[in-house]
Amino acid sequence: MTMQVAAIDVLYFAWLRERIGVPRERVETSAATVRDLVAELAGRDDWHAAALSDMDAVRVAVDQRLADMDAPLAGAREVAFFPPMTGG
Amino acid sequence: MGPRVIVQDAPFDAASLLDGFGAGAGAVVTFSGLVRADDGLVALEIEHYPGMTEAALSDHARNAVERFALTDALVVHRFGRIEVGAAIMMVATAAPHRRAAFEAADFLMDWLKSRAPFWKREIGAEGPRGWVAAKDADEAALTRW
Repeated sequence: MTMQVAAIDVLYFAWLRERIGVPRERVETSAATVRDLVAELAGRDDWHAAALSDMDAVRVAVDQRLADMDAPLAGAREVAFFPPMTGG
Repeated sequence: MGPRVIVQDAPFDAASLLDGFGAGAGAVVTFSGLVRADDGLVALEIEHYPGMTEAALSDHARNAVERFALTDALVVHRFGRIEVGAAIMMVATAAPHRRAAFEAADFLMDWLKSRAPFWKREIGAEGPRGWVAAKDADEAALTRW
């Protein structure tokens, strides 16, 4: 089995951006799903781990479309993590 | 021509945006959301997701046009710092009859509240406060549609 490694831009908004300390970062990853990517990111350091500890409080978009933890990342270029939205 | 979507940090002039809007329709409904003077609040700071915001708003405005057979729709939403009393956003809908125009505006608002990628932070006289938490009631409102 070959692991496909891809470069994905990971974006953070609102309190996730503040806790992680950057608005975006490029990661080399072989994560197959959002859930795999979250596990990888949480292993980076304490800030990532804290920000991504409760995924019930986090929403996800893959290539600028709302997605869930099981969404596949094959071909994805951009994954964003953010709190529940408060527009209007 | 599709519905018009505007995402900007500058204030907008509702009167000029609505000039000619819905020409030929029987009913036009507009809704504006302003920054409420809650508890010493002086402003809101609104963050958004450039790119996704415009795409998501356009998609949803098109959904509204189709679902309610609108003849026109307009969605305007600001980001950045917005002072108390100023407009954050506006939706306008045009249809042959009033019910479709009212319902489409309500539909657009319910969706904007919890599916458009904006995040509000309160600014008091003392400086920035926390991020505004999403309301369960707003999430629940989406099930109406």
